[in-house]
Amino acid sequence: MRPVADMFRPLSRPAEMIHSSSLLVLAITAGIFVVVSALLVFVVWKFRRKGPEDDLREPPQIYGSTHIELAWTVVPILITVVLILVTSRTIGEIQNRVMPENAVQIRLVGHQWWWEIHYEKEGIVTANELHVPLSRRDGTGERPTELILESADVIHSFWVPQLAGKTDLIPNRKNRTWIEPFVTGTFFGNCAEYCGTQHANMLLRVIVEEPEDYEKWVRKMRQPAAVPHADLAAQGHKAFFANSCINCHMVDGTVAAGVFGPSLTKLMTRQTIGAGVAPLTPETLRAWVRDPQKLKTGCLMPDMKLPDSEVDSITAYLLTLK
Amino acid sequence: MNPETLDDNFQIPAPERIGQERGSLTRIVQEMVFTVDHKTLGLMYIASGLLFFVVSGLMAAMIRIQLSVPRNHFLDPDVFNRLFTMHGTAMVFLVGMPIIFGFANYLVPLMIGARDMAFPRLNAFGFWVFFFSGLLLYFSYLGAPGLYAAGSAPDVGWFAYSPLTAKAFSRGHSTDYWTLSLLLGGIGSIATSINIIVTALCLRCKGMLLVRMPLFVWMFLVVAFLVIIAMPPLSACQIMLILDRYCGAHFFDTQAGGSAVLWQHFFWIFGHPEVYILILPGFAVASEVIPVFSRKPIFGYPVMVAASVMIGFISLGVWAHHMFTVGMTSIGNTFFAISTLLVAIPTGIKIFNWIGTMYGGKLRFELPMLFCLGFLFQFLIAGLTGVMLAIAPFDWQLSDSYFVVAHFHYVLIGGLLYTIFAGLYYWYPKALGKMPDFKLGLWHFILFTAGFHLTFFPQHLSGFLGMPRRIYTYDAGRGWDLWNLISSIGVIFQAVGILFFVFNLIYSYVKGKKAGDDPWDAWSLEWSTTSPPPAYNFETIPEVRSRRPLWDLKHPDDPDWKYE
Amino acid sequence: MTAAPAQSLEWKMPSTRKVAVISLILTESALFSVFLVAYLFYMGKSLNRPFPSEVLTFPVFATVALLSSSVTIVFSEMALHRGNKGAFHLWWAVTIALGAYFLWFTGTEWHHLIFTDRLTLATNVFGTTFYSLVGLHASHVIIGLFLLTLILVLSLLGKFPADHTEHIEMISWYWHFVDAIWIIVVTVVYIISVRY
Ligand code: HEA
Ligand code: HEA
Ligand code: HEC
Ligand code: CUA
Ligand SMILES: [Cu+2]
Repeated sequence: MRPVADMFRPLSRPAEMIHSSSLLVLAITAGIFVVVSALLVFVVWKFRRKGPEDDLREPPQIYGSTHIELAWTVVPILITVVLILVTSRTIGEIQNRVMPENAVQIRLVGHQWWWEIHYEKEGIVTANELHVPLSRRDGTGERPTELILESADVIHSFWVPQLAGKTDLIPNRKNRTWIEPFVTGTFFGNCAEYCGTQHANMLLRVIVEEPEDYEKWVRKMRQPAAVPHADLAAQGHKAFFANSCINCHMVDGTVAAGVFGPSLTKLMTRQTIGAGVAPLTPETLRAWVRDPQKLKTGCLMPDMKLPDSEVDSITAYLLTLK
Repeated sequence: MNPETLDDNFQIPAPERIGQERGSLTRIVQEMVFTVDHKTLGLMYIASGLLFFVVSGLMAAMIRIQLSVPRNHFLDPDVFNRLFTMHGTAMVFLVGMPIIFGFANYLVPLMIGARDMAFPRLNAFGFWVFFFSGLLLYFSYLGAPGLYAAGSAPDVGWFAYSPLTAKAFSRGHSTDYWTLSLLLGGIGSIATSINIIVTALCLRCKGMLLVRMPLFVWMFLVVAFLVIIAMPPLSACQIMLILDRYCGAHFFDTQAGGSAVLWQHFFWIFGHPEVYILILPGFAVASEVIPVFSRKPIFGYPVMVAASVMIGFISLGVWAHHMFTVGMTSIGNTFFAISTLLVAIPTGIKIFNWIGTMYGGKLRFELPMLFCLGFLFQFLIAGLTGVMLAIAPFDWQLSDSYFVVAHFHYVLIGGLLYTIFAGLYYWYPKALGKMPDFKLGLWHFILFTAGFHLTFFPQHLSGFLGMPRRIYTYDAGRGWDLWNLISSIGVIFQAVGILFFVFNLIYSYVKGKKAGDDPWDAWSLEWSTTSPPPAYNFETIPEVRSRRPLWDLKHPDDPDWKYE
Repeated sequence: MTAAPAQSLEWKMPSTRKVAVISLILTESALFSVFLVAYLFYMGKSLNRPFPSEVLTFPVFATVALLSSSVTIVFSEMALHRGNKGAFHLWWAVTIALGAYFLWFTGTEWHHLIFTDRLTLATNVFGTTFYSLVGLHASHVIIGLFLLTLILVLSLLGKFPADHTEHIEMISWYWHFVDAIWIIVVTVVYIISVRY
């Protein structure tokens, strides 16, 4: 499936509302463009210097005309009024939408350069990939998702073009936005406010599922991490807790409770690693554990300089986190 | 020195001897350093502006190389971030500002029949402060040990949102260089603007009533007022940032209850007027060039003045249209959307009046006119994309995407830079006494225009496809690859175009044919004196009776003052 | 052809100095308003003590001194126009004295705030905005005092050209501006924010 983020193919509520008003704006501006540029071209062609004889006499000197100037003041004013009406209506509709009781609530915390995701009610902590239920608009189960946006360091911005426009994640401030997707699938977004070295690789995915699949996912995410018995993974388990990984990462139900890095509890349920720098596969995972700076230069996880044996075992352990 | 060491045939050089040394390098340098002449300073402003343009243009070229293909490894992320920060900062503060001040310096006194600016020494001060601020900014590449003790330039973006600029997230000194450089530059701009205001209001020659001032001077009057009102907020937030970084103040420190959004308000209260500070001089040039090459007076002079003043006023109340995504209340968003849309009206009036000026004229497509026509067409597009951005909901999608990058390059290049080129070709004969070569100029126009649209039109589309700005790389297959490749290819054409331009400037000075006092058969006062004008500008201070003094001279049978 | 319209014979332009000083005052006002906005915006947003209400007391004498200095400088100007050098010097000196007192007061106030109340630029957002705003104003008082003193010294040495009365007028304008700003500052800082 092609990872599109085309704002003119909206598949969710706010994006759709923006889309419809933006089409009107595009039409109006296109109209203005055609008229004015046609006028420009016509004048330039019609009144071009035809030849040397033109230099002999100056054209009639005209200093202005109140009527004409009035005309091309009033018409733009009218157009502007139309635009203003469209704008304020759409702003109201989107920003003043009240969330129903059953709305899913997600707290999204921006970090340099990854997304921390909390499902407070469900008691789930994950990273970089949102799962939300489909919302049926035919009255058989409308269920929008409300997003509470915060930041742990600098300003980031939530942007998934096919679902909704941008809203910034700002430290020491709570922002809200909402989405109401009516098509299942994976939607792509970027952090849309420059936030430092790896701003380019601060990608975000939103996975929209049928309500029942979503519930399944929630149940799965709540199960505690199983302690591995396969010997390599078991060694990795030891190594992981022996190393400083646990200072920055959390694995539910263990002593690993770090919050500086993404939660690894259900790492293997994700599609990508490092907030989207690469698809999550055993190879990329190993490469990451070997040296994250290779995959994501300048990211805030240091090269742990682990011996190959530990790299292998820890990778094996991480692979069991699903 | 003591007499013994003097040999007999030693003699103090006579004044005319000193005169003979003219042209020697040391002499030229000496003149440049000591001069307080508005014309010399004007040329120095423009020259240094062009120098910085080439440098930061080359930086842009590097940006485009990195982005030409997905997952390119030409540049490291940090290097890329420094590049676009330096490119943007330099283009606005070290290219746009000095060049417009250069035009103001050179032309305002000539156009109002004055012998110099009101405060020549202040004028020189303004230039040197600006020049030093530019050097300071670029010195950061050598002088600011970054996090890994490597030389590092600022990498926080040209509007340096806090808290990215806080010590915690921007270690080293690169951000300090940025701050201090802008603080200095601000002081220089304010000094120069006060000078412009005083000159235009107090040094007009006899008969030059305000209602007879060339539109050029009017627009620079508006620009100067915008500068003295909008620049202090920038200086203020630079001071606050310095206090934060060095004295532990908490203006933008979110840990201590400070607000990250405050910086954005303060910056854009400056930042938006700044963009009109940059485009009004463009309008000024167009308002001189279009009438002359249409052989007609400007259409609706009073309305043009009124429109400029209105633009100035409105532009002070629209800043938060750069902040639609920070989560303002729906009232806030609506207010700023409305105020922003209002600007379209006076701007439209101007566009239509220029077209009205050409209507019924006999258009001569000399170089300045060509660039002005390019400006009209491109600024139309730019303005309309601006209107799309002003629709707050639409902006929630477009903001910080490549659509914005396309928008502002269409205004800044398609608008400002094109009128700068027009102005340079138009007044080149006046300043240097030689005609610019038409063929070379035509190549410059064709190549640069082609390259410009190739580079920046596709960026509208990649913006629609969700490509954010300021990303050093992107994955293949998101529909952005082709547009970015085209965009990068365009730069080659632009670069060659610029080479033609630079070559033309030098070639025409050496080989160009002599220009008389008034090669374009124009109507404003600067064409009544010799080219280049003498140090004192006019033997006798002229006296004017209308908006087109030279027209009155050339057409005693039907002078303008009959109709005004 | 008809003759050109007769032009008014004398052609008067506004004084460059006046226009320049007015523009300067405009920019300065813009600068002050930004710091004022910052102060207002952060009122009541400090996370930790001390708060304005605890440490600020209305500076009665300083305010009176500064404002009356605006009056005395007018007196001294009038004296100058009457050609009464002595009175001019006297009132001018009084103006300086009043300004100096104001500065001295600010000094002691800050000393007390810093060493007794432990309020510095880095204590909280109140400290940050307070010192920057009041400090900005104080710095302008210093500039004003410097200019005033310069004039007095030159004039006493008789080095001051008689035809330079406009310089003196401009300096008094600047001084009035500094006072006007203080009225706003004192209202915002010592009256509004302590009740907040
Ligand atoms: C020379 C500089 C210049 C100029 C003149 C303009 C002109 C305008 N700009 Fe632009 N703008 C920038 C430079 C400029 N801009 C820059 C540098 C940025 C990005 C900063 C950054 O983030 O790095 C920016 C960003 C920017 C944004 C924020 C985007 C974002 O980051 O989210 C917005 C939003 O409203 C905007 C709007 C406008 C509007 C409405 C105009 C109007 O003035 C345009 C008016 C002109 C017309 C409308 C066309 C002619 C009119 C007619 C033919 C009449 C009929 C038309 C109508 C009735 C609609 N601009
Ligand atoms: C006046 C303003 C101005 C001008 C003229 C330009 C000119 C150009 N800009 Fe500029 N640009 C900005 C202002 C400007 N820009 C700003 C404000 C930003 C925002 C920064 C930020 O986000 O913080 C920006 C950002 C910006 C970006 C986005 C970066 C990002 O978000 O990641 C890009 C990307 O394509 C870009 C490209 C270009 C290009 C290709 C040109 C070309 O037109 C350049 C053409 C010139 C040349 C190619 C040089 C030619 C010189 C030679 C050929 C050498 C000649 C040799 C001798 C004479 C000896 N610019
Ligand atoms: C100094 C803190 C720190 C330490 C120590 C640390 N990490 Fe990380 N880790 C991070 C950060 C920050 C990220 C997010 C990087 C990014 O995406 O920009 C991360 C990301 C990861 C990821 C990818 C998570 C995802 O969803 O993309 C894995 C896997 C990981 N770390 C494993 C480890 C292992 C194994 C160790 C120990 C050997 C370790 N980390 C030690 C900070 C740390
Ligand atoms: Cu986070 Cu950009
Ligand atoms: Cu703007």
